[in-house]
Parts: sequence; structure tokens; C-alpha cells
Amino acid sequence: MAMGEQLVETNDLTKTYGALTAVDRVSLSVWRGEVYGFLGPNGAGKTTTLRMLAGLVRPTGGSASVLGDQPGSPRTLARTGVLIEAPRFYPYLSGRDNLRVVARYAGVGDRRVEAALDTVDLAGRGGDRYAGYSLGMKQRLGVAAALLKDPELLILDEPTNGLDPAGMRDMRALLRDLGERGHTVLLSSHLLAEVQQLCDRVGVISGGRLLAESTVDDLLGQAGLLVRAEPVERARDTLERLVGAGNVAVADGSLRLRAGPEQAGRVSRALADADVVLTELRPLERTLEEVFLEMTDNGRTER
Amino acid sequence: MIGSFKAEILKLRKRPATWVLLGVVLGLNQLFGYVFPYSSWLSGDQNFQTQGLDPQGLLAGVLPGELVPTSLGGFPVFVGALALILGALAAGSEYGWGTMQTALTQRPSRLAVHGGKLLALAASTLFIVLVTFALNATVAGVIATVESRPLDYPSLAEMAGGVGSGWLILGMWSGLGALLGFAFRGVALPVGLGVVWVLGVENLVTAVANSLLTSLRPLRDVLPGVNAGSLVWSLAPGGGSGGDAPPGVIDAVTGGRATLSLALYVAAFAAAGALLLRRRDVA
Repeated sequence: MAMGEQLVETNDLTKTYGALTAVDRVSLSVWRGEVYGFLGPNGAGKTTTLRMLAGLVRPTGGSASVLGDQPGSPRTLARTGVLIEAPRFYPYLSGRDNLRVVARYAGVGDRRVEAALDTVDLAGRGGDRYAGYSLGMKQRLGVAAALLKDPELLILDEPTNGLDPAGMRDMRALLRDLGERGHTVLLSSHLLAEVQQLCDRVGVISGGRLLAESTVDDLLGQAGLLVRAEPVERARDTLERLVGAGNVAVADGSLRLRAGPEQAGRVSRALADADVVLTELRPLERTLEEVFLEMTDNGRTER
Repeated sequence: MIGSFKAEILKLRKRPATWVLLGVVLGLNQLFGYVFPYSSWLSGDQNFQTQGLDPQGLLAGVLPGELVPTSLGGFPVFVGALALILGALAAGSEYGWGTMQTALTQRPSRLAVHGGKLLALAASTLFIVLVTFALNATVAGVIATVESRPLDYPSLAEMAGGVGSGWLILGMWSGLGALLGFAFRGVALPVGLGVVWVLGVENLVTAVANSLLTSLRPLRDVLPGVNAGSLVWSLAPGGGSGGDAPPGVIDAVTGGRATLSLALYVAAFAAAGALLLRRRDVA
């Protein structure tokens, strides 16, 4: 995607608690209009980073800028919707009254409350006490509160936590819609398939360090083709001539080609011409989960 | 800060604990200010509160003329303790429920959130004082009518002085409660420590300074509760015509000094709370 204005930028952002370094020199950037996935295992430093971006926690090193201003400044907060870790509301108030409280803090009118409840499908239960809400309803109310200001930037920490499959689908649709309408979303999630579907770019953090930051496609690497054929040696020679020796690898009795799916026809024809029996030919794609586990396992090993 | 104030008022207004505390304030005020003295006068019985007092003095204490001292009699101690609980609930619950995070990620600065909370507490304590005076005025008027006594209410200036003094006392105690709530980031410890301070420590220090160790008087005279008690004493020396001064109402410092001390406490508690909220991480 075309890069425009940077809405979030951190430079060597660091947070230490005594001897523990929770966030270690993280430098990331989120561009206007993108949906940015922030990935990492539990305790990786995701939430602490998001807390620093929301102005709740002060960095011990480095710097951060949100919407061109200091994190947590009134000007920044007025344009940012935040849901971090878990929704936090007053148990004795109804969902609607909780949003009214938030609306007063945010300086927006009560009419936005009904629209926000409607957006997260809670309009019918808005009068119920928050204490009686299910986990999924609490989560949806948290998202409603984040949307109340119609913010330019949304910082959402695990927004699908506690949602049932239908709720997760609806939340994905909402986030996708927000992205399409030009909102910038910075979201952390454990659900990598969800991130892969939703996000334009991702940052992977482990042990407090940002291990990678790129588009999802770049992170997954170039698409490939998996070929099973007999005899393997003749098949390899044929394919090396076709796509180049450096682009063919043998693993587990199959051949892995660094070539796009559009090359499948050429591969099939070349093998047939070489009297090779083709038994399997399919696109070979790594999932984000595979890449994530590979990266974070390496991160753990390094530590 | 206006947005924060409106949010805080909505929270306090809808919170059952606020109304429970108001009910307890009014109930105790009626019980000790009117029910016990008046029933004692009616029956001619002597109880712990009225023993040795002139019966006519007992009646005078529940008539409109004594509205100010009778209304404020409980403020330095038990109403003060309830105001402290209100302050501790308003500030400490935000940490217990994690809602401080919600408040601080909207629009207002931390100082504005803090200022809104203190303003809302000030409004709530003023409401408590006004409702107390209104109810007491009504009850005193009814008693005066029943007893065929004149409806001689204090002048507006005296009433305003009484309301202002009560407001200052409750503002000080609720400010201390809020400060403890911010300091300990919860409710239980601030309420426990605060109530022990109001009901126990201040009384002990005062008792020791009055009898065993008079060199402690300078320390006694700077205690917040002692200044609250002195302010009430200054409005009705000796407890008014109703008889003995209630617990905590004490002739320790002048009314002017007590007013200044309480105002300084309010400012100091507010400043310390603001400093804590401004400097600390919210996790």
C-alpha cells in the first residue's frame, strides 16, 4: 500500500520495571489508513507498548508520537479510541450509562451512545447492568466505547477476546469496515488467521523486542509450488532448468519451487515432456502462524 | 474539566453507595440530634447522651434556633468518617475496577480528571450538608409547632456560615479519603486507615494532650479532626444551649485558625492527589 502520513511512530521505545525490560528499544510505525497487526506471545510486551501509546504508562527510554503529538495528550486522546487488555467499566451502571460516562469524558453528545450501541449490536441490552453482561458483551461494549469519538486511530488490544464465532466474524467485519472507511487500526491479537485476513502490515514482538515489521505478504515470503513426481532426480533436473537451480529445493521427497502459482502450467508441461510422472502439484504457502511461531521460537532460543 | 465533572457526577448519582452514605448521615443526625434528646425530654428519662442536662436545654437543642450547632454536631467525627468513605470510594474504586484507564484514555488530561473528581466530591458534600440542614430545619420546625414554641430560625448569615463550615469539614474529610484512594489504589485500605484515623487516632491524641501530656497540644492543634471540631465549637461554644458538646467538638483553636487550617488541608490533599495521579503509571 502507498505510504502516507505516519500516525504512530516509536523510536527505541523502552519500558523497564526494575531489572525487567518489558519493552526493549521498539521502533515501529503505523501509517494512516492501515490496519496494523501487533503480534507476540503472552508477556512479549504488546500490552505495555500499547499502554505507552495510550499515555497510561510512561516510557523509561526512547520516544513515541501518536497523531503527531505526545501519547496521552488531550489532543491525541480526542482522536484516538482505546481498548486495552480488557474492557473496564462501572459494574453498577448499565451499558448505556457506562457509555454516557465515557461520552462525558470524551466531550461527545449522548446521541453517539445509541449509535455506538447499535454498531456493536448491544442496543437491546443497553439498559442492563454491566455486571450482568457476558464476556462477549463486555468486549463489545469496550469496542463501542472506543468507537464513541469516531476516532481517526483505534488502539485495540485483543478485540475479539471472549467473543463467540459469530461475534468474532462480526468484529472482523467491523474492523475491516473501519479500515475501508479510512480509520487507522492498531490491533494486537493472538488469532493469527484473523490478523492475516485483516491486516495490511504486522509487527512481531517477542521478549520485548520487535523482531520484524513488514507487510503480511512480505512476512509470509514469496509464494511457492509443491511438486511430487517420479523419478525425483529427473524431476529436479527438469525444474532447475525451468526456474533456476537456486529456486528448487528437495524436502521430504517432494520438490519445493520458488515460483508463483501462475507457473503451474509450465511446470506440468515440462515434467510431462521429460517423461516424469506428476503425482501432486499445488501452491505452497506458509501461514502467518507458521512464520510467527518460527520467529518467536527463534526469539526464545536466542534469549 | 467540565466533561470530567459531568462524568463524575453521573457516576456518583447512580452509585447506590452514595445514597446509602447519605441515608446513614441523615439517620445518625436525626437519631443523635433530635430523636434521643427530644424523646428524653418527652419522657423525662435520662440517657447516656442527656444525663445531667437541664431538660429545658434539651428542648432548646431540638428547636429551630439551635439548627446550626445541632446539624453540625456530628460533622467532625462520624459524618466526617462517612465523607472520608465517600472520597475513598470515588477515587479507590477506579483502581479496583480498572476504570481509571477508561477515564484517562478519553480526552481530558490527568489533572482534569482529578479536578473533575474533586469538584464532584465537593458538589456531593455540599448536597449532603444542604439536605442535612433542610431535613433538620423541617424536623425542628415540626417540634417547635408541636411544643408551641416560636419558629425562630437562625439568620441567613448564620445559616450560610453553618452550611459553609459543614461543607469545609466534609470537603476536607472527603479530600483525605480521595487522597488515600489514589495513594493505595483501592478502597479497603483507605477506608480502614481513614476510619481508624478519624475515630481512633485523633481522639487518642486529643485525650492524651488534654490530660497526660500537655506538651502534645501543639500537635493536637494541627490535626484535621481537631480543627473541624474547633470550627463547630466556634459556631456554638459549649455545644450551644442543647448541653454538652458532642464528641469531637472541642475548644482547641479559634474558628478563624480552624477555617484556615481546614482550607489548607483541602488544598494539600488535592495537590498530593494530583501529584500521585500525574506521576504514576496506570496499569
